[in-house]
Amino acid sequence: MSRPRASRPGAAPARSRLRPGDLLALGFHGLRARPLRAVLSSLGIAIGIAAMIAVIGISTSSQALVKERLSELGTNLLTVTGGSDLLGQEVPLAEGAVAAIRRIPGVQHAGSTAALADVNVYRNSEIAPSRTGGLSVAAADLELLDATGTQMLTGAWLNEATAQYPTVVLGRAAAERLGIQSPGSLVWLGGAHFSVLGILDSSVLVPELDSMALIGEPVARQLFGHTGNPTTIYERSDDARVGAVRTLLPPTLSPEKPSAVKVSRPSDALAAKNTVDQAFTGLLVGVGSIALLVGGIGVANTMVISVLERRREIGLRRSLGATRRHIRQQFLLEAVLLAAAGGLAGTALGWLITAIAARANGWALAIPPEVLVAGVAVTAVVGAIAGLLPAVRAARTSPTAALSS
Amino acid sequence: MSEDAAAEHVVELRAVTRAYGSPPTVALNGVDLRIAAGEMLAIVGPSGSGKSTLLNIIGSLDRASAGDTRIAGHEVNRMSDAELSALRAHAIGFVFQQFHLSDGVTALDNVATGLLYTGMPARERRRKAEVALRRVGLGDRLRHHPRQLSGGERQRVAIARAVVGEPSLLLADEPTGSLDTKAGAGVVEILAELNRSGTTVVVITHDQELAERMPRQVRLRDGEIVADERGVAA
Ligand SMILES: Nc1ncnc2c1ncn2[C@@H]1O[C@H](COP(=O)(O)OP(=O)(O)OP(=O)(O)O)[C@@H](O)[C@H]1O
Ligand SMILES: [Mg+2]
Repeated sequence: MSRPRASRPGAAPARSRLRPGDLLALGFHGLRARPLRAVLSSLGIAIGIAAMIAVIGISTSSQALVKERLSELGTNLLTVTGGSDLLGQEVPLAEGAVAAIRRIPGVQHAGSTAALADVNVYRNSEIAPSRTGGLSVAAADLELLDATGTQMLTGAWLNEATAQYPTVVLGRAAAERLGIQSPGSLVWLGGAHFSVLGILDSSVLVPELDSMALIGEPVARQLFGHTGNPTTIYERSDDARVGAVRTLLPPTLSPEKPSAVKVSRPSDALAAKNTVDQAFTGLLVGVGSIALLVGGIGVANTMVISVLERRREIGLRRSLGATRRHIRQQFLLEAVLLAAAGGLAGTALGWLITAIAARANGWALAIPPEVLVAGVAVTAVVGAIAGLLPAVRAARTSPTAALSS
Repeated sequence: MSEDAAAEHVVELRAVTRAYGSPPTVALNGVDLRIAAGEMLAIVGPSGSGKSTLLNIIGSLDRASAGDTRIAGHEVNRMSDAELSALRAHAIGFVFQQFHLSDGVTALDNVATGLLYTGMPARERRRKAEVALRRVGLGDRLRHHPRQLSGGERQRVAIARAVVGEPSLLLADEPTGSLDTKAGAGVVEILAELNRSGTTVVVITHDQELAERMPRQVRLRDGEIVADERGVAA
């Protein structure tokens, strides 16, 4: 024998040592020995993590769509109103407001509407004056179309010439309610016949234009005593300048009372509407966490039983030279692998659910990769916590367990 | 054999007592036992006489409640769990009555497990395992699973696992207890062969005939050594 007396009296014996690769193999071996049990006990974890990934994935995928739509519409549109006075009456803006805004550096377009309070529009002169249909009439600035980014559904927008005459451009809803389908028809507006020039497509960012009948400023001055004070100004600027323009707008329009001027960003409102679902998302993530917790308890339970069943295996390993630490590591790793396997399956399932939901809704699949990585990592941590107590118990098993029958 | 050459003794027990629980039941009571390097001996005695308890203490799996235990020159009472584990990994081999083989693993890998906690690379473990299996006459059963082997063959695999690390001390608790006479004789022959090549072998047995073929027999009763005979068989 090459090493018959491995340890001479007094000399410290060589250490017990378990290679990391062997430890890993031991962990996998433990799972493979009882595959059905491994699957069942990691199912809870899988379901928990699948729920969380699906919730996050569906939420981010739908938000990705909103973001995409917003970037199409542009987030550089600001809306300016004069605010309201003490009596709740809308305060009109100054006559030269639009021109003043155009002079602010970075501003690309500015257009306005001026509500004409007592002017209404009807299909024809026979309709009772009280049946306004919720439609309003406003004098529109020629640049309104560019500023709001609204498209024409049919016909043409106002120009220098047509703005002088009794012509009108209808919002989409207004046209529907008035029963107008094509340009050239006549409507009864403020006691005169106005010829319909065109119909606007509906706009996500400026939905208020939908129910409006827009006429030129010159004709409004002429027929309805329009003073040139706009009610709402729409302004578009360079993306990088939006913040700066926003702070400049109130003092530019009302140097003596800047706080009265109200500036809003329609894209913010749209984005906010889509984050209302966050509470619901939070609830689902909570449910997922509970499933994860229950799954972790399932893994702990499986491991405790496993330790009791494998007392002899533990005793044998101890007799082969395993230290307590080796036994502890083996069972801890087994729990981690068990949970991580569930986590991997659950992450794949969650991804699949998100993909199906995204496809059904026409969204692009958008799960941040770090969420997938975190999914598996979280389950590994759950496994480590779940395996801690069983592993400590395994390490405490008496080395004589293999001998006692 | 010189009685006072302590260095020559693989095992040296002095007034070892092992008591369980409280009130204590005494499994071993003041046992003195010295086993010289290269000896082969049988521990015999009725059921409950303390044979397994004694073997556990000799194998450092258990600690005595009182008395001194020296194994391979080490004072066991002063050693940590990690040190005792190292001693078992490198210097002691165990054979059990129920074999304790892993079912889903080949004979070769079962034997290689005997070197798992020495930190030896897997390839080298397998190579040594093959040598050990050939030594116990199972060179043609390397890829067999335990289920495909007879009881005697399984115990030979277990012996190969116990000796693959070339321990100086081999301990067997009823190694033939689950085997028929013929298979048991085969196992004993392998143990004797290992002893001839230098390993110290301690065998617990119920089988009187088997015990009498060993050079030395230690007889236990009620936790005490009642006889320590050196036969002429050797
Ligand atoms: N873990 C334990 N806890 C309490 N008592 C024990 C324990 N292990 C052994 N004993 C007691 O110690 C005594 C000796 O037991 P031991 O297992 O050494 O006997 P044995 O000679 O090996 O018997 P057998 O031939 O049946 O295996 C018995 O009375 C037994 O009940
Ligand atoms: Mg026994």
